[in-house]
Amino acid sequence: MLIKTKSEIPSSEITDEKLYRNRRQFLKSAGIATLGGSLLPSSVLAAHKAARFKAGLIGGDDDLTPWEVVTGYNNFYEFGTGKDEPKVNAKGFKTSPWTVEVTGEVAEPKKWKFEELIGGLTVQEKVYRHRCVEGWSMVVPWNGFPLKDLIARLKPTSEAKFVEFTTLHDNRRMPGQLSSVLDWPYVEALRLDEAMNPLTLMVTGVYGKPLPPQNGAPIRLIIPWKYGFKGGKSIVKINFTKKQPRTTWSEAIPREYGFYANVNPKVDHPRWTQAKERRLGEYFRRDTLMFNGYTDEVEHLYKGMDLRKYY
Amino acid sequence: MSKHIRLVKILLWLGALIPLGLLVNELFLQIIPPDDPVELIQHRTGISALILLLITLSVTPLRRWTSWNWLVKLRRPLGLFAFFYATLHAFSYFVFDHSFDLAEIWDDVIEHPWVWAGFIAFVLLIPLAVTSTTGWIRRMGGKNWNRLHKLIYPIAVLGVLHFWWLVKADVSEPLLYGAILAVILGVRFIKKPTALSKPLTPKPPLTPKAPLPPKSL
Repeated sequence: MLIKTKSEIPSSEITDEKLYRNRRQFLKSAGIATLGGSLLPSSVLAAHKAARFKAGLIGGDDDLTPWEVVTGYNNFYEFGTGKDEPKVNAKGFKTSPWTVEVTGEVAEPKKWKFEELIGGLTVQEKVYRHRCVEGWSMVVPWNGFPLKDLIARLKPTSEAKFVEFTTLHDNRRMPGQLSSVLDWPYVEALRLDEAMNPLTLMVTGVYGKPLPPQNGAPIRLIIPWKYGFKGGKSIVKINFTKKQPRTTWSEAIPREYGFYANVNPKVDHPRWTQAKERRLGEYFRRDTLMFNGYTDEVEHLYKGMDLRKYY
Repeated sequence: MSKHIRLVKILLWLGALIPLGLLVNELFLQIIPPDDPVELIQHRTGISALILLLITLSVTPLRRWTSWNWLVKLRRPLGLFAFFYATLHAFSYFVFDHSFDLAEIWDDVIEHPWVWAGFIAFVLLIPLAVTSTTGWIRRMGGKNWNRLHKLIYPIAVLGVLHFWWLVKADVSEPLLYGAILAVILGVRFIKKPTALSKPLTPKPPLTPKAPLPPKSL
């Protein structure tokens, strides 16, 4: 049986770790204080802390990952394959003007001005766990709106079964695309019912600020129960299709990355375990939760599916 | 001559400890600690071990080409420093990734090729480090000792594979180390320049004067 219910407190919560964490916490706050509190006043952090409990989607041991880590430790190959490269290489990346082309099975295919596309949609804060297929994780207070709200605006036809997201392809602005490490442009996709799930978020901000370019500005996707790579960044095209689209990582290494990429501690990556993860900043690994802890919200989407086969 | 070797050895010690110094600095002495300290520890100690291994392996071809026979005296400390970083690397994995849960470690080793490549490389390094002393060379006899220490070749290959099999898509860095290793191993088959050639019987290092680096942790 692959689907399990919400788990208890992870057994990896060891006292030693607390010492380490406190040390970090202290250094971090000392660091922020030294910088003149310019980055984030503590009241902001407190507000986020309250919000995450209200959201009810994360547990008591899920401390927010600091802003500097969320915006400084990024997998965004369009700006380089190193974790610290996107922040450097995305500096000055222009996100205005920005257009998003909507094509395929929709009432009216068209090129949307970004402001027009998102205008009037209610931006909310959602604090989600974010689990990378590489085995690390964060807890991030995103700002955005449910993808379903946008889809309602775009009016897909009854033929639409999947929705595909394409990242900007412009190697003058995204120097990482000069390397052929992946087949550009980056394409990701969801089944329409996954896209319509209330958890699926179109993100335009983080920590109450506009999304920095290294995190996928001006607009990116976050699907909290899937590995991070499913969330396309700097989206320029949304395409509704009848058939399952080809997606970048599953094209690159089909044996290792499937279309679904649901977080699943019982289905290992062929080269490494997915049973545990390291929350950034912590020293010891904790257990990875089924569907990243969002089982109640999403397990119905995969009823009867062999998640080993559809990884 | 011996004075000059002493100086070179001091430089070697300083150079070999630089990666550790940098790591300690980044982990503990910065206002803002690294985003993922464990990843930093594992990556740096791994890379340091691999680089030192490659340097150790380049001693013999370098000596042959330059005819600087004293270079051989650097081989033991270099190799032991490679082992030192490999040990830090392995223990950071045992402790941080698996909290020393032996069953869990074993499962990870047998299931994942990149883990077993690194694990075997580390295990094979242990007898080399243990037998690095002059006493052991004497006890084993130069011939047997040399034979045992040929293990350095598979260890280096495993080290590169370990790195290679771990990266997600961008293999450029392991590829670079692989290429360097190929060159270092390849030059062994090239005839040395005749002008410099003179018969060399590889002697095991026999100078116990210099202080030995820690053999294990």
